[in-house]
Amino acid sequence: MSLRSYVIARVLLTIPMLLLLLTLVFLITRVLPGDPVLLHFEKQAKPEAVEEFRQRLGLDKSLPEQYVDYLTGVLRGDLGKSMQDFSPVAQQIFSAFPATLELAIFGMIIAVVLGIFLGVRSSRSYNTGEDHVIRTFGIATYAIPVFFLGMVLQLVFSIQLHWFPSGGRIYPGSEPLGLNLGGFHLATGLYTVDSLLEGNLSKFVQALRYLFLPSFALGLVLCGIFIRLTRTSMLETLRLDFVTAARARGLKERTVVYTYALRNAFLPILTMMGLQFAALLAGAILTETTFSWPGLGRYLVDRIAFRDYTAIQGAVVFFGLLVALVSLMVDILYAYLDPRIRL
Amino acid sequence: MPLLEINSLTVDYPTRVGTVRAVDRVSISVEKGQTLGIVGESGCGKSTLGLAVIRLVPSPGIMTEGSIMIDGTDIMRLSNNEVRELRGKVGFIFQDPMTSLNPVKRIGDHFVEFIRTHEKEVSRQEALEKTGKILESLGILRERTTDYPHQFSGGMRQRVMIGLGLALNPKLLIADEPTTSLDVIVEAQILELMNKLKKDYDLTLILITHNIGIVAEMSDLIAVMYAGRVVEFGPTEQIFENPLHPYTKGLLESAPNILHPERSMHPIPGSPPDLISPPPGCKFHPRCPHAFEPCPLREPFLVMKERRFVACHLYD
Ligand SMILES: Nc1ncnc2c1ncn2[C@@H]1O[C@H](COP(=O)(O)OP(=O)(O)O)[C@@H](O)[C@H]1O
Ligand SMILES: [Mg+2]
Repeated sequence: MSLRSYVIARVLLTIPMLLLLLTLVFLITRVLPGDPVLLHFEKQAKPEAVEEFRQRLGLDKSLPEQYVDYLTGVLRGDLGKSMQDFSPVAQQIFSAFPATLELAIFGMIIAVVLGIFLGVRSSRSYNTGEDHVIRTFGIATYAIPVFFLGMVLQLVFSIQLHWFPSGGRIYPGSEPLGLNLGGFHLATGLYTVDSLLEGNLSKFVQALRYLFLPSFALGLVLCGIFIRLTRTSMLETLRLDFVTAARARGLKERTVVYTYALRNAFLPILTMMGLQFAALLAGAILTETTFSWPGLGRYLVDRIAFRDYTAIQGAVVFFGLLVALVSLMVDILYAYLDPRIRL
Repeated sequence: MPLLEINSLTVDYPTRVGTVRAVDRVSISVEKGQTLGIVGESGCGKSTLGLAVIRLVPSPGIMTEGSIMIDGTDIMRLSNNEVRELRGKVGFIFQDPMTSLNPVKRIGDHFVEFIRTHEKEVSRQEALEKTGKILESLGILRERTTDYPHQFSGGMRQRVMIGLGLALNPKLLIADEPTTSLDVIVEAQILELMNKLKKDYDLTLILITHNIGIVAEMSDLIAVMYAGRVVEFGPTEQIFENPLHPYTKGLLESAPNILHPERSMHPIPGSPPDLISPPPGCKFHPRCPHAFEPCPLREPFLVMKERRFVACHLYD
């Protein structure tokens, strides 16, 4: 199978998976007992008002009709209207998402880089003091809740030392504008990227300073699993014949460790990155609350406070699609990296 | 001056249950252009000895005694960088070609990387050119440099490993059971190829094998190892025509004999000892048909006898 036909097959496989996901979400929010509209009003509203409310949200139709509306809506990128203000949920999610994405990307980078670096060191100093220290560190970070770690970091690095701001995304009013060339406008919503597009280095540094503590907290709690996985995977590959054979050819130790052992140990790590993506989103939500980071996590927490069921459903669908998309990308990357899959 | 001179080399593996003495006071020397066969049952320390020559004894192994001189240089004294350089000059071929190549690296890149690590002035293009020539001389199409290892059969991969071993015109090539994991027909092809290369490249070769039949045609010298010790060492014809050590005799009788196919095969009874607590005296005595009083008491010295060295109380 060529890489191309593999990718096509994998994409086709994603379709039934997504359909199942969407149906499950629908069943949970609409079909299971408990009327979201009544829950929203806490049974205090007049029946006529409730009826009108249902109509505006399309919740008065029969369940099969609602199901079809819902599916075609998702296809068009429509995630329904918010119970709070009837504005489109998709729009709200899209405006909150870049903040979460930026936090998730930096958190993941920190987790992976730190995890792989420490995991490699740990495997190379197998069973020595260094190995034990790194392993204990990994287990500790894994066990600490991210909001607690976040608070400790805030306390030390912003309140005590004043090195980093304690919350928020950027100094209010100095949001980067992105690239503006004549009529052409390009902004990603990622402040680190937009500030560079704007060509404003001081905003870039500022964005990084705001980003540092939350993404470090997130990266630190996620790095434990990468330490462990890299270590076990490396211990296995370092023992393999081709690693010994590479040493026997007098290749540099760095080449042997990184392009022979780690490169082959990397596939399980990559899979773990994909699998950890859901945990990353969950972690990001908790981190956002601690650091008043205006992303999807905060959005979701706000909506839960308002009992805004349609928005919550929209956010869940969005998260689901995202996780499916990431696992698709990881599988394709996996196939690309492992020539044996491309048979 | 011999190209390789090993003097009283001892290698230990300290393990949780005790110390394995895998190589025990081994002394061997090989002249330039000679082929040495190292023979013995598995577990008797052949691989450990071979790896010691490029200072690649696997952890937790340590060389506790003795010296290894290559071209007059004591390799124990080399720095890590010098050891890497040495490994460019001594080729090593491993037993299992299926697992000896990096699965995510193209065949050609194995060569280019190896050549350019040791010969920094060579360009990638030149290295690829050289790779193509080497592969062709081994019966592999030049185009296949862009293939990955999994696209090659076992025999082809072993050819690749041999090519890698030869890529830098090594002073010495060590082949550790290069055909053990191949089927008989491929084994014959590979042996024939190695025999040819030996002449073409004027190689100094150490051929490690548990099958004494294999070294008959190829080697000038044979070292027979048992439980970490060299028990008999000398010219191939002497040893095949008139083996002195009972273990050597046992090996010859247990293998299909190329020089004497009419001889029937008799495996040696028993199995090699546990190297953590080997038997006292001569380590072979519990399996030896000729054992007598001194055998369990004293270890025999390696002495010169009939143009070879032998360590057995029968010849004290
Ligand atoms: N990494 C290691 N750790 C502990 N013991 C080892 C290790 N490698 C080999 N040995 C032991 O050393 C002895 C010699 O092994 P080896 O050199 O592989 O023999 P051969 O190549 O003749 O089969 C064996 O008893 C083996 O169990
Ligand atoms: Mg061996």
